[in-house]
Order: sequence, then structure tokens, then C-alpha cells
Amino acid sequence: MRLTQGTFSYLPDFSDEEIKEQIQYCLNNGWAISIEHTRDPHPRNVYWALWGAQPMFDVHDPEVVMREIQACRAAFPNEYVRVSAYDSRLGRQVTTLQFIVQRPNPEPELDLERLGWHDRSQRYAIRVHRAGGDPT
Amino acid sequence: MQTNSHKSRWSAGVTPYAEMGYYRPDYEPKETDILCAFRFVPQEGVDPEEAGAAIAGESSTATWTVVWTDRLTAYDHYQAKCYRVVPVPGTNQYIAYIAYDLDLFEEGSIANLASSIIGNVFGFKALRSLRLEDMRIPTHYVKTFQGPPHGIVMERDYLNKYGRPLLGATVKPKLGLTAKNYGRVVYEALRGGLDFTKDDENTNSQPFLRWRDRWLFVMEAVHKAMAETGEIKGHYLNVTAATMEDIYERAEFAKELGSVIIMVDLTVGYSAIQSLARWARKNGVLLHLHRASHSTFTRQKTHGVSFRVLAKWMRLAGVDHLHAGTIVGKLEGDPNNVRGYYDILREDFIPADLSRGIYFDQAWAHMPGTMPVASGGIHAGQMHLLLSYFGDDVVLQFGGGTFGHPDGIAAGATANRVALEAMVQARNAGRDILNEGPEILARAARWSPSLRSALETWKNVTFDFESTDTPDVVATPVA
Repeated sequence: MRLTQGTFSYLPDFSDEEIKEQIQYCLNNGWAISIEHTRDPHPRNVYWALWGAQPMFDVHDPEVVMREIQACRAAFPNEYVRVSAYDSRLGRQVTTLQFIVQRPNPEPELDLERLGWHDRSQRYAIRVHRAGGDPT
Repeated sequence: MQTNSHKSRWSAGVTPYAEMGYYRPDYEPKETDILCAFRFVPQEGVDPEEAGAAIAGESSTATWTVVWTDRLTAYDHYQAKCYRVVPVPGTNQYIAYIAYDLDLFEEGSIANLASSIIGNVFGFKALRSLRLEDMRIPTHYVKTFQGPPHGIVMERDYLNKYGRPLLGATVKPKLGLTAKNYGRVVYEALRGGLDFTKDDENTNSQPFLRWRDRWLFVMEAVHKAMAETGEIKGHYLNVTAATMEDIYERAEFAKELGSVIIMVDLTVGYSAIQSLARWARKNGVLLHLHRASHSTFTRQKTHGVSFRVLAKWMRLAGVDHLHAGTIVGKLEGDPNNVRGYYDILREDFIPADLSRGIYFDQAWAHMPGTMPVASGGIHAGQMHLLLSYFGDDVVLQFGGGTFGHPDGIAAGATANRVALEAMVQARNAGRDILNEGPEILARAARWSPSLRSALETWKNVTFDFESTDTPDVVATPVA
């Protein structure tokens, strides 16, 4: 399954040059960049592991961000890695861009489980199913 | 109207409104006053100041004749005051500015606000026509309303979707599909790449599609599409019904099935919307409002209520989504007015700007924003225009532009998503999308067959008609 979370998942995977353009845009807006990684693409898994101790509030050079992305990819070659930008201004205080910069190969599948409930209704659960492994 | 202007203020009979204290050109509005701008055309022979005073009188304390019981009150406090009347150049219209003391209104009640200000006065015979153009809601009154159950920021965090407009589509045909077929349409559109699908305003619980059956099949489709994409998906289940009991029953079942959002029509009334807004906050479900019926009173420039007033009322009443126009689509909406509506819904402070039809500064005191929805006759080929006009915090709804795709519904959805993401990428990379938009789309269409067919199918579709409701003032381009 191609996970389509993130701002650009319907486009072909970005080159590093294209990633850098987006990071430059975020930095121009004064947004802080974070790099996160995970093995769990469940749609409600919002807290991916943060690369480094905190968002890069004081980094203004896209080259530095690119080096961190490379380091995160190297450390977790078979995980999803994403870049997020955060706008801390009053009235926003929200992520303003988020896109995937590395995918595991192959990507896991998500299974939909149903539990028959009363009066024909169902209870639904989504479970991550890694290729070659047990459901987790 | 026959009046005797030589009589004293309190003798029985009819006294001009202006002489009863409803016209006060010296009045300085207080920061706690509710201010209104009314556009009116007086009947032949009626003095415009007297007409302005009559509007103030009839929308506050006055009746047609003197009543001695006024003297039991601090009437000067309760009387609305028309403090300015200005002619609209080149027309027989005037704008009356009227101030209302906050004491005239019940806290947190749109119904009371509406009954006071647009209650009787619109049928007043001395006026040929009357329109409420704008209303300044003071912070003191704003803070008595709940506001959007969640707001734009919370919605993005609920949905885990950032950095781009959200995409939706209203299921078509809007009447006639049975529940199982209806769910199929939802499934295809969501798995293809839309974030939301939507019931239409009149999709309620008809004999061929009862609400409970629709809920079951739609939520099967929503969950299946979530598992296939790994994204959170939603369908606006329309809970509009005859009674509040029915509305709550439908909303509860939507929540039980795991729906992230429900919708309701404006036709249920202001109080029903406020009740549902409270329910939506309590239950963690987003609330979408379809403005069904608004054009009956918002469209004509000389009579009714401007949509910008309705937009303010709905942000106060508390909705997370509100349809606010497309500029480029099939429904009425002057570009400058529509930009004004978007600002009113999304921004925290909106300065007066007559070129956008905004008569007063409006401060929201950090009340969360309502996500505007652009829906009606828009398609992927207009993506550069839509993104330029509206930015990221908007839901773009492509109904025909999804379901009418020659390669199927999922392909239609994919075409929209590819067009959107390609345009956001280009904008962020510094491209001038307003001018280079068609070329950016054409380039993406080279690798995306879905987008290629969409662009081919709708390449020449535009809805270029003159708007009936336009601002009086045209901004002069600078430089």
C-alpha cells in the first residue's frame, strides 16, 4: 500500500532538490522544521518518533536540515521518515506542511477488521500488517 | 406617512422617528454597541434621515405611534440611534449606520439578535427596500457565544492533514441512489484521494434512501478507504430532520459509527444550529453547515441580508465548515465580496474595507476560525485560481468534477488530488501559479493519466456571468 498521508503523497517521490525547495519555503515563512520517523503508518498514529531532541527552532539553513534528513534515513533505512513545519504564531500554533521523504520497501498493509455489532452495525479497527511479518 | 411635526414629543399621535430620538448625527458609537450598516431605498417623498431613523426605531423600541409607556423606561438607553446616512452615488440608495446598545440583546442567542435587527423592519412600508449589509459585533457580545465546536486548527490536527486545501465532493446524483449504491460512490471517491465526501442539502431520509441505511453503508465505505490509504477520511452525514429529537438521534448514530464529521442545513434554523454546535463540541465531531436557502435573502443587492452578516452569525453560532463561494464556479459570488467572506470566517481581525463590502472593523477575540468551503461548478483545471484566491485553509469540493470523470470516480478524485498537490508544490517552490498554472497542470498530466483526462474533459468550462451583488466601491489598482 502506498501511504498517502502528507501533503505530497500523490506526486512521484521528491528528489532531494525538490525536498530542499519545500524546506526553503518553510524557513522563509519562519516555520520550525521537525524530522520524524516510524514503523507504524496507522492513520491515527500522530506521534512519530522525533529525530533529535526537539524541533529545529534555530536552524535556518536548508543544508543543515538536509543533512539531518540523510542521517535519519541512514539510521532508520526501513522506516517512514517525514518532514513537518510548524507555525508558532498566535492564532496558528499548528503544523503547516508535512510530507514523507522516505518510505520502507515494501510498505506495510493496513487491514480493516470488523466486529459485528447490534442492529446490523459494525465496529471497525485498522491494523498495520507488515510484509512478511505478523500483524502488530 | 402623515405626521404632525408641531406636536410635542409625548402628545398622543404620530411623531417623526427622527424627532423621537432615533436620528442622532452627533452620537458617538460606544465600543460595546452593535453597529449595523443598512442599504435602503426610501419611498418617494420620504426624507432619507427620517427613513434611517425609522429603521433604527422599528428595529429597537418604536412602534408607529407615541406610547406613554416609553416614559416608564430610560428610553434614550434602549432606543437604537441612526448616527449617519450617506447616499450611494449614482443610485437612489442610501446607507444608514445604526448603533444598538448591547443591553438590547440576549447573550449568546442568534435568534434574538436576528429577531431584533431583521425582525419587523424589512416589511416597513415607508421603505421600498432594505438590506442589512454588515454588522459590527463587539467583543463583549462575541464572548457570549460558543463559536466553532473545533475550528480550523483543531480540525487539521483531528484529520492529520496539513499544508494544502482539503478536498471534498458532494455525492451525485443527489437524489435517487439507494444506500448500497450511495456507499459505493463514497468509497470510490475517498480511495481515489478525496478527504471528504458529502451528502447534499436535500439528502435527508427519503423513501429510497433512509438515513440509517445510508449511515451504515457510508461508514463501511469510509473505513475501507481509510485502510486502503492510511489517511483519515470523512463523509458529511446530513442530520437535517424535522425535529431536534430526530437530529440528535442521527448525530448520535453517526458518532457511534466513528464518523469524524456531520452536517446540517441552514434551513433547520439558528437555534437548532446552536444546539448542534454544542453537541458537536461535546462529542468531538466536526460540524459542517450547508447554507441551503441563503440565496433567497442574500443575493439581491437592494433587499435582504448580506451573506457577510450570515457568515458572522454562523461563526458565532458555531460551525466548523461553511460554504462561502468559489469565485470561479457556477454559483453567485463577486470576487471581492467572496474574499471578504473568507476573511470574516478565517481571520481574527478584519479591518473595514469597502472594496470587499466590509463596513466595520471586526475583532473575534481569538474565537477559532470556520473553514470556508468552495463548492459548485469547479474542476481540476482551475486549481491554480482556487489556490491563489483561497490559500490553504479551505475545502475545495468537486462534485461533477469528480463523479463526471470519464475513467471513473476514483480517477476523478485522483485527478483533483494530483492537480492540488502539484500546484501546492509549485507555489511553495516560488512559481507564479496564477500565470504558470495551466503549464504546471499540463506537466503533471504527462505522468498522471487521471489528470490528463480531467483536463481534456473540462478544458473550456467557465461560468462567466455578472454578479448581482457587488461592492459599491471598486479598489483602484496601484502601480
